[in-house]
Formats: sequence, structure tokens, C-alpha cells
Amino acid sequence: MKRTRRWALGGALTTGLLLLSSEAAWAQEATISAEDVQTNLDNVFVLVAAVLVILMQAGFALVEAGLTRAKSVANIMMKNLMDFSAGAVAFFAVGYAIAFGADGNDFFGAGGWFLGDGAFQYGTLTVPVTFLFQVAFAATAATIVSGAMAERTRFKSYFIYSIVLSALIYPVVVHWNWGGGWLAQLSTPFHDFAGSTMVHQTGGVAALMGAIFLGPRIGKYGPDGKPRAIPGHSIPFAVLGTFVLLVGWYGFNPGSELAADGAIGGIAVTTTLAAVSGAIMAMLTIWAKTGKPDVAMTANGMLAGLVGVTAGCAAVSNVGAIVIGAVAGVLVVAAVFFFDRVRVDDPVGAISVHGVCGAFGTIAVGLFATEDSDFWKQGLLYGGGTDQLVSQVIGVVAVGAFVAVTAGILFAVIKATVGLRVSEEEELAGLDVPEHGVPGYGPDITPVLRPTPLVGDRAAASVPTAGATP
Amino acid sequence: MIKLVTAIIKPHMLESVKDGLKSTGVQGLTVTEVKGFGRQGGHTETYRGAEYTVDLIPKLKVEVVCSIDDAERVMDVIRKTAHTGKIGDGKVWIVDVERLMRVRTGEMGEEAI
Repeated sequence: MKRTRRWALGGALTTGLLLLSSEAAWAQEATISAEDVQTNLDNVFVLVAAVLVILMQAGFALVEAGLTRAKSVANIMMKNLMDFSAGAVAFFAVGYAIAFGADGNDFFGAGGWFLGDGAFQYGTLTVPVTFLFQVAFAATAATIVSGAMAERTRFKSYFIYSIVLSALIYPVVVHWNWGGGWLAQLSTPFHDFAGSTMVHQTGGVAALMGAIFLGPRIGKYGPDGKPRAIPGHSIPFAVLGTFVLLVGWYGFNPGSELAADGAIGGIAVTTTLAAVSGAIMAMLTIWAKTGKPDVAMTANGMLAGLVGVTAGCAAVSNVGAIVIGAVAGVLVVAAVFFFDRVRVDDPVGAISVHGVCGAFGTIAVGLFATEDSDFWKQGLLYGGGTDQLVSQVIGVVAVGAFVAVTAGILFAVIKATVGLRVSEEEELAGLDVPEHGVPGYGPDITPVLRPTPLVGDRAAASVPTAGATP
Repeated sequence: MIKLVTAIIKPHMLESVKDGLKSTGVQGLTVTEVKGFGRQGGHTETYRGAEYTVDLIPKLKVEVVCSIDDAERVMDVIRKTAHTGKIGDGKVWIVDVERLMRVRTGEMGEEAI
């Protein structure tokens, strides 16, 4: 450890000095090879990327809080806190070993429990750096679910779910592909660069099962059976959270290169282009459908574009990324309407963003991959045939089925034992005080009669003489 | 005789009403945030593509205590300054005040206005 640190310092100094003067070669230089510098650079880059992915937890917390009601905001914050905390400790203890342990079989890894002997390390990365990057991904998969189950789930029950997903369900899925399992061994290996399916579809399908087992929130459907809008309490939170997620995604996608090399810039660009085209197309779709450019739906569209390009961000062209993001932007709006209609109440659109667009993005690799490489084959639209496409569909179906069954069993067991849903009274009052003993916004901010702006924004924006008609 | 003029107005018309009343010599008024509906029965907004009805629309209640001589004029000023011509402009009404006292001095009736 110390050795590595000294090298890192030496490497940085040397690089800096070489830039100033090539004659200032130190005696120390002889002990540092170009490989050493590259190794340190890889570790630094992936560690920073891991921290960016962890920042996505803040983005999820803000999006989910913004798109749900104020009376349960402390509860959704708590779920986000525990998705990361419980998830990280569960992944440390067993999840990482199941995902990457070399002693297992094609379906289930083993070895390196509690990050002990035999713990996995990738390429030039150290074990801690590899682990931190992977634990950030595990926590991302877990936290996708909290929004879909918002405003009606017992906290205790959610806590159990969160541990099981991070300890078992997610690691098994990861083992199948990134852990070298059966999806990685198909004749044309399944390719999911940064986790459209591994992370997002897994979270999205678990969210779908959770929302189905819970049932819709009270008041979501009118007496006529039609879905009703239950507006979230802060559009600024939702949009800020979306931007935080966007920034985090620059760790998620380029970081998945797992090395500081020439590919990371291109991956960052495809990621950006898909995000913006997703937002634009979602806005245009909802605008055409309802006459208003809905803000929350547009934010969902940006996330849909990001989820969509996550699998193919290294394999597709810039134009390909724009098309993938655009399709995801349309798809997410259609999916939100679809789930509303079939009585699956997903307050934040997590199933549509992560489940539907995750599956789409993974399949899109089989269409949009520009050319053959060591990790993927050319896609159908570029004349590469259907080999990659078939493998992508196999992966999407297999992971979808596995998560649907295991998460379904998990939620069924929780429902039959500790119970999944709060009482009707608690749900109507909001979960904050019954579940956690504290309102999300204290009494000095939330009086009994909630004030709307008085002479502040709305009044100030009006022209005082507007009403002075004779 | 003392009168209480009460008006329900659109929140963004407050500045206009307040300025109008001040310029006609009204010495004080009280504003309360209220919610309610009238003949239009609320309105609909859209969120994530689904419509929802807002039954109770935020309004402001403006109350002015004045002498009987001023009451009609106050009502007229409110009518002019709160008017947009669109649905939801509100109501104004006048009721009798039985007794009126200024807390600081104990003055009663018109003296207390």
C-alpha cells in the first residue's frame, strides 16, 4: 500500500517535471516505468468514477423526493440512505463474492467473502478500487426500487428487500455477465458495457414486482378506474436530481472502461448525446400528446436516454447514441402511460426509465454496434447480422425472468410475514411521522395550513394596474 | 354605524387592490390566505400527462373595517382593482359590525377605525 502511494507521488512529480524540462530527469525516474504510471492512472480514474457513481445516490434521493408528496419525504430519504448503507455492507459481505468470486460455477460465484483472500480485482485495478466501483453499482440497482414503491411501503419491509437485492439477486445477475458466467460464454457473448440490463433493468424489474405486490396508492385511481395524477411536491428537486444523476453517469459509463485510456472521452460523448436527445424527445412526445411540455416527464426522458445508452456507450457511434436516446425518450413516455393504465402505480417512473429503457438499450447494442471488437459484434443496422442481437435478447429475457421470479418470491414472502404495506390511516397521513417519528419538513416550515406565496413570487410577477379597468 | 367589507380575490391581484384602497384613504386592512371554490368549481392541471382537478383554489381574503359612509366606496374600489373579467375574480360583501374597539386605547366605535 505504502509502496503504491510512493509511486503515485513519484509518478505525478515526474510527469510534471518532464513537461517543464526533459533534462530534469531524476534518479528516481529509473524506478518508475510507464506501466507503473498507467496503473496508478487507472486506479485514480476508476476511484474518482466510483465516487461519481456514489453521487448518483443523491440524484436518486432528489428525484424520488421531488416526484412524491411532502408528507412522505422523510421516508423516501430514509429508504435512499439505507439502500446505500445496507446495500454496501451486504455487497461487501457476500454480494461481491457471489458476483465475482472465481470458485463458483457459471450461475453463481464464490470466493473472496468479506473482501478476504481471493477477492476479485480487475486488470490493473487494486481490490479496493475494483470493489468500490462495483459496490457503487450494486447500490444503484437497489435504490432504483424505492421510488416505485414510494408513499405506501413499510420501512422495515423495504429494508429487508434492500439487503436481499444487494446480497443475492443483483450479484447473481452480475455474475452471469461481468463475473464471467454463462452470458459471457455465449458463442457471441452478451454485451452490456455499463449495465443497462445488469443494473438498470434489474432494478426496474424488481421495482415492477414491488409495485405489483403493493398495489396503487390510495387515490391514484378514480371511482371510474381512470388513473389520476398525484403531483410530486418539488419539481426543482426532481430536475436537480436529474442533473446530479447526469453528472454521476460520467462515472458510471466512462468509468466502466475500468482503465484510464483513450476510449473514455468517446464514451462520455455518447452518454451526453443520448441524455439530451432523450430529454428532447420525451418533451416533444408528452407535448404532442397532452399539449404541455411536462417538466417531470422531460426529466424522466433525460434519465431514459442515459439508461438506454449505458449498454452500448462504447460500441455505438455518436449518431447511434442520439437515436438510442431519442427512442428511449419516446419509449419512456409510452411506458409511463402503459403502467398507469394497467394499474401499476409507479410515482417516479422508475419501471419505465430503468426497466423498459434498460431492456431497450441492451437490445439496441445488437442493432447499433458500429463494428466488430473483442467484446461485441457489429450490429444488424450496420450489416453485422443478428448474432449480437440474439445474444442481447437472450440476456434481457433471462435477467428479466430471473429478477421477476426472485424479487416476486421475495416480496411475496415479505408480504406474508412482516407485511408490505402500511395501514390506510398511515398512508393518508403520510409515512414520515408514523414510520420515523418526524415530519420531513418541520413545523416552522410546514404550518397546519400550508401557505402559498403571498406577496412573494406570484404577486410580484403580476402588474399591479392590470385590474384597474373601469 | 361600522361596516366590515370582506373580499375574496385572486392572489395576484393583491397589490392592485391594496394600492387602490390605500389611495382612497383606507387606514388598515387584513389579508388572509384562504382556499375555496365558486361557480367554476375548481380547475384542472396536468402532471406527467394525467389531468387532476384542483377543487380548492388558493385565494386571498381582504377585510376592511370602515364607516358606513365609506363602505360602498371601498366595495367599488375593490371591484375595480380586483377585476380581470375572467372567471374566478371573487366576491365582495358588506356586513354590520356590532361593536368595535381599538385594543391599545380602548376607544370605541368610529373612533377606533
